[in-house]
Amino acid sequence: MAAKIKIATTSLAGCFGCHMSFLDIDERLLKLADVVEFDRSPLTDIEHCGPCDIGLIEGGVCNSENVHVLREFRANCKILVAVGACAINGGLPALRNFFKLEDCLLEAYQDGIGVDNPQIPNDPELPLLLDKVRPVHEIVKIDYFMPGCPPSADVFWSYLSALIEGRDPTLPYELVHYD
Amino acid sequence: MSGTLCIDGITVPFSDGQTIIEAARSAGVYIPYLCHRPGYAPYGSCKLCTVKVNGRTNTACTLPAADGQTVISNSPDLQYDRQRITQMLFVEGNHFCPSCEKSGNCQLQAVAYHQNMLDNHYPHFYAQRELDASHPDILIDHDRCIFCNLCVRASKEKDGKEVFGIAGRGINKRLIVNSPSGKLKDSDISVNDEAAHVCPTGAILVKRSAYLAPIGERIYDQHPISEVACEKAAIKAGEARGYGSCDPTRLPSPSQQNGGPDSHYAATMPPAPDIKHGR
Repeated sequence: MAAKIKIATTSLAGCFGCHMSFLDIDERLLKLADVVEFDRSPLTDIEHCGPCDIGLIEGGVCNSENVHVLREFRANCKILVAVGACAINGGLPALRNFFKLEDCLLEAYQDGIGVDNPQIPNDPELPLLLDKVRPVHEIVKIDYFMPGCPPSADVFWSYLSALIEGRDPTLPYELVHYD
Repeated sequence: MSGTLCIDGITVPFSDGQTIIEAARSAGVYIPYLCHRPGYAPYGSCKLCTVKVNGRTNTACTLPAADGQTVISNSPDLQYDRQRITQMLFVEGNHFCPSCEKSGNCQLQAVAYHQNMLDNHYPHFYAQRELDASHPDILIDHDRCIFCNLCVRASKEKDGKEVFGIAGRGINKRLIVNSPSGKLKDSDISVNDEAAHVCPTGAILVKRSAYLAPIGERIYDQHPISEVACEKAAIKAGEARGYGSCDPTRLPSPSQQNGGPDSHYAATMPPAPDIKHGR
């Protein structure tokens, strides 16, 4: 029996909607489970990903931890896939790029309506925010891009089928959506 | 003058005054464009319709059709250039399709779909651009302006008003409004003006009309832009599609090259082979 293909997934600055869409492949998950094994993912709760065949990255890059995770995925995954609008162009989190980081922090933690005990979080455990939210391809090389907000379950299935077969994934017109 | 020209192996008739892009559309041959619009004078700014005519590079929207021309449009290198041009348009502005009212009805988005553009390739500018929602019926989100000049031309040539203009050059180029305050509310634009409806992206929007058609049921959710553009032309001309072949080396469209809507997402999963890709 051939060794199972290892897949790792993570969400950076995203809403986990892409992961939810991935789960929407429904009963096809069982077919997938026959041929793949999950490394780091929300299903396994593994902290650091090991050597993998496919890495799926949801979300943009908004802080130092996102950079570390992304680089770890790149170093460990033979194929890295940017999943969804946030990973591809920054998406909703990138809307903060039009404001100064300082103004965002002040609005969220100090001056905003209803803020109780106003203070800017300053725990050394917290990852530092980047001045801008960036798409993942601006940090590491990305092999494939899966568009959509989120990509539909059929897009996930189409991509994974192709990658597992060793083909370049391609999408028919009706599956390509940026919204 | 009329006659025929050859576009990607298809014999296409043309009539007096038609450009290559109009002759192609009438014959059901789609050449991508954004700054062009039927009934408007040729402008030639977006360069998406760049084709090779008798071996030389030209914009199909500005070059008059002539008898015996050999036009190459659907070649891999021209498609590559078109995809890169479209990607540049996406990174120069702020095009967040999931939060745009025009999504599904947007020509820029539809052209990108047509070209199978899956990423933006270039680093994003995240340009700082303002929103003008001052007018009671119309708003401008400068984030999405691609400087196609269609609103400028519509206001001047169709509405007789000159509400819009393009100021500045290069990265400082911007759409301006001809009013004392620079705001749309102080201009003489009306919601019935053609300029309010001509924008190929979500830059100029008519308020309270965004969700008349739900997402998923909009024009380009249902039909590729190649179909929409050419069907309108074919209906107008009262002609059926399908002409003779003039060159056996006709190239497939990008979506055909990608395999088309077939069994990509059939509910089967093959046995796990070795992953063949590397970094």
